[in-house]
Amino acid sequence: MEVPILKQGGHLIAAIQAALTDADLIRLQDALVEQVGRYRSKGVIIDVTALDVMDSFATRTLRSMAHMIKLRGAETVICGIQPEVAFAMVQLGLTLEGISTALDLEEGLALLNRRTVNSNQSV
Amino acid sequence: MEGETRVHIGSEIDIIEARERGRTIGKLVGFHPVDQTIIATAISEIARNIIFFAKQGTMSFEVIAEGNRRGILIVAKDSGPGIADISMAMQDGYSTSRGLGLGLPGVRRLMDEFQVISIVGKGTTVTMKKWVAHYD
Repeated sequence: MEVPILKQGGHLIAAIQAALTDADLIRLQDALVEQVGRYRSKGVIIDVTALDVMDSFATRTLRSMAHMIKLRGAETVICGIQPEVAFAMVQLGLTLEGISTALDLEEGLALLNRRTVNSNQSV
Repeated sequence: MEGETRVHIGSEIDIIEARERGRTIGKLVGFHPVDQTIIATAISEIARNIIFFAKQGTMSFEVIAEGNRRGILIVAKDSGPGIADISMAMQDGYSTSRGLGLGLPGVRRLMDEFQVISIVGKGTTVTMKKWVAHYD
């Protein structure tokens, strides 16, 4: 199941709709890394609200995605991790260290807006 | 909910099928939503190991009872290469994908009972149980 990627201002929003296979996640990664360049995006939001399980593969892939996007010059925020998913991730020993997270899409966008404004000022 | 139900694990799609099956059964047995997610996550990890190391196998799910408690029994079987050193595989390498990269210590933390039997060249059987906890 393909993840729709929306453009919102200078940001990309990947809105995951349902459980993803490993292949879907890899496709999302490739699409985001490419589109950050095509649209010269400064920020990416990956909305995982619809994911009812985040296992080690999903977590590792999201972490790599955020790092690749960073190397392409954009910030990533992962938003919408459900409370029970967070609980299971911690029990399993999974972390998203170094990756920005936000409660939901609204908070995620606010965070990206602050970040990208600050980085513009510092140039 | 009687007897056992079995899912063939042969592709990534089956991982999703297996964890959804586990969640459904968990819900029927009366697991708290957090525990349903924990069960689904454990299933996901073990099913992925089957795909990755053994290419295919099966996962069976059964409702179990002991005295007045109820729970779920999950048995994952494959005929893959097996694990040579289980005690090494069970060592916690702090987070995931250290150690032997099987994620077994993490899964053990998710479940109440967890057992791995493996014979090199013959395959691996992972047996795990979780009992319904009452949070009050």
